Amino acid sequence: MPDLGPHAVFIWGAYALTFFAVGILTASILIDDRQQRETLAELERRGIKRRSARAKPAPGKKK
Amino acid sequence: MPSLANPTRFLSIVDAVVPWLAGLTVLLLGFGLYLSFFVAPPDYQQGETVRIMFIHVPSAWLAMFGYMLIAVASLGTLIWRHPLADVAAKTAAPIGATFTFIALVTGSLWGKPMWGTYWVWDARLTSMLVLFLLYLGLIALWQSIEEPGRAGRAAAILALVGAINIPIIKFSVDWWNTLHQPASVFRMGGSTIDPALLTPLFVMMGAFTLLFVLLHLISMRAEILRRRVHALQQIEVQRAGAGA
Repeated sequence: MPDLGPHAVFIWGAYALTFFAVGILTASILIDDRQQRETLAELERRGIKRRSARAKPAPGKKK
Repeated sequence: MPSLANPTRFLSIVDAVVPWLAGLTVLLLGFGLYLSFFVAPPDYQQGETVRIMFIHVPSAWLAMFGYMLIAVASLGTLIWRHPLADVAAKTAAPIGATFTFIALVTGSLWGKPMWGTYWVWDARLTSMLVLFLLYLGLIALWQSIEEPGRAGRAAAILALVGAINIPIIKFSVDWWNTLHQPASVFRMGGSTIDPALLTPLFVMMGAFTLLFVLLHLISMRAEILRRRVHALQQIEVQRAGAGA
């Protein structure tokens, strides 16, 4: 690690805070994305589908 | 562009793009950090503290970029009623707010050793704080109105009114006598920064911008899925009501 001199605490503090804030943001977005995917899959598994999805043939099947 | 107006088509594009974008972001961020800590020399005036600029300047750029994105998307909501415009605006707000927060705090951490104070009420710092408050206001507005269409239109009006703050931020250092230094990266006549410091700065700006786009795409996907979930839950309730 480079010697950052007398102001090292400010430099490391700035980088630590940036990575902490970006980490929290990234985690919250990824968790939300996963939750929505799982909830949607669960609803579709129970046979609840949008009209447009019901109108389409199932993947791999021909009309 | 018309194909992107279809949320299903948009989702398939996002699914294909996200893994590549994530890989590129990690690589560029790693390269940027390497340049920032091991290649960039200390500044002749700021010393090692100049390394804070490699995260402060990209964050400040994204704070304004995020708000401009919201403003353009708000026009899409109000004028063209683009189906993804409201989603784009809503999901950009927390990301923009985070980068504004980072710009404010890293600026403070740079200010203490360089200016001798964490904060002054000068035009640049104050207008950035106003930007942060605008982001929080937009997030609160979206949270407080349940119906997405109404929330989107109300937020779009607030976002467009608040867009006046962006040129104020940009030109505050020219219009008023501020402690914050004048523009040194993007200015008429070229940058005043030495290439040895400018290269890591541009690499970090590229990495941060890719990160913003990546998080925005994933967040837009989650928001589209949330609206689908909400619609399906309403169908489920209707079915349960009809069967009762």
